[in-house]
Amino acid sequence: MPKVTYIEADGATHTVEVASGTTGRDAAIDNDIPGIDGDCGGVCACATCHVYVDPGWIDKVGRAAEGEMEAELLQFAEDFRETSRLACQIEITEALDGLVLNIPTGQH
Amino acid sequence: MSAEMIIEEDISQIPIDEIDVSNPKLFQQDVIGDYFKRLREEAPVHYCADGHTGPFWSITRFNDIVRVDTDHKNFSSESTLGGIVLDDINQRPEVEDFRLPMFIAMDPPKHDEQRKVVSPIVAPNNLAAMAPIIRERAAGILDSLPVGEEFDWVDKVSIELTTMTLATLFDFPWEERRKLTRWSDIATTSPGHGLVDSWDEWKAELIDCATYFQGLWNERAGGKQGHDLISMLAASPATANMPFNEFLGNLLLLIVGGNDTTRNSITGGVLALNQNPAEYDKLMNDTGLIPNMVSEIIRWQTPLAHMRRTALRDTEVGGKIIREGDKVAMWYLSGNRDSEVIDRADEFLIDRKDARKHLSFGFGIHRCVGNRLAELQLQIIWEEIVKRFRKVEVTGEAERSMSNFIHGFTTMPVILHPH
Repeated sequence: MPKVTYIEADGATHTVEVASGTTGRDAAIDNDIPGIDGDCGGVCACATCHVYVDPGWIDKVGRAAEGEMEAELLQFAEDFRETSRLACQIEITEALDGLVLNIPTGQH
Repeated sequence: MSAEMIIEEDISQIPIDEIDVSNPKLFQQDVIGDYFKRLREEAPVHYCADGHTGPFWSITRFNDIVRVDTDHKNFSSESTLGGIVLDDINQRPEVEDFRLPMFIAMDPPKHDEQRKVVSPIVAPNNLAAMAPIIRERAAGILDSLPVGEEFDWVDKVSIELTTMTLATLFDFPWEERRKLTRWSDIATTSPGHGLVDSWDEWKAELIDCATYFQGLWNERAGGKQGHDLISMLAASPATANMPFNEFLGNLLLLIVGGNDTTRNSITGGVLALNQNPAEYDKLMNDTGLIPNMVSEIIRWQTPLAHMRRTALRDTEVGGKIIREGDKVAMWYLSGNRDSEVIDRADEFLIDRKDARKHLSFGFGIHRCVGNRLAELQLQIIWEEIVKRFRKVEVTGEAERSMSNFIHGFTTMPVILHPH
């Protein structure tokens, strides 16, 4: 099972093991990672699972496609960056084993 | 309320095509829930040919609402098409010379530009800075209330707290802050509902509002820059040169958005706890439930009953074809009671799992920009209430607003019982 590491804004680190195919949002909710609310249930509709993909991983994960819902929502997210993604749109597979996701401040 | 006003009809006997859930009386008399239940079960995407304000579609199930709300390419919010409420005030001939564009009633790209100017005011760092001020004011309000005698919770607490918060956001002259409440009420009403008697009166009050804010704007654009919302709008290239009606429109959006909504959740929470004494006990036994309870209150109350869209092209939703130009109401109040998605949806449960999963803030690009501020105010007021009172007892009938949009209360009598 792939591992994913969430780093909170204050540096607190949580590494969890998830079943391949789980989204970054569901993995965070299932493991009570603070700072990821995922209010809409993981259907790319609310932007409360905003994460910064670690720069070393962003090419492998990919960026939000321009003109699609994810990018449209992310433009309004607090402190949007080049590596911003919605965790509900990241499927964690074996290929992403070791993925690091940073959580923005104040998503709560 | 006089007896003849009460709607007494057997819902099950009404032909489904004749059901009109936009009738504001159904909301005022608090019977709308049964109508929505019938639509969810029998016609979740429902066409009403002869509605209170013309023909319209009703979307009543949770997932269909999310589907429409996130499809802004097919479902427009544009004010010139009718905007975001069923009762398209903007389209009336009486106010033809008085259109008020606001970003909630715009589509991209203009919506995006203007929303980005406003959103920093409710960003996490600003909210963190505001929290102690809100707490101090909430405490001040609660400490000034009469104990052991009946008073109106809506006026003394719900309106007062949200108005104070709004005055803080605008850096509005403090002693005149109730003007904000008045303008908020005016903006969402129409003649004949008790506030104004004619469209001319309605316009006159909003022109007063515009003139007042023009004064503040001139002061702040002219050098007295602060961190308030007016200074922000005056300073940003995306909004500095807004036409005046657009300026007024956006201000009213923020006034209404920050006022009518949280106000009614503050009242609705007290009522829900009174109607569900076991939940009130849960709260008093564990005040750590407050953040979760806040989400449940916002779901339960659903302070905006609907948002409206206009179809830009023929689009299929739930097996029905919605035609280009048709009006569509997403009934958040109904979707928040959809038991297919929300477990025990008809129950108010302050320790509900997944309480944040509700429709009250909307979804997609128009999702409520101030949702964190709303939650913050509710959290603070409840933390301060439980410190002081073992019960806020509702002692009479809560009077509800005559509106299919603002789902709220005009008065609610209470008595406070201190610890």
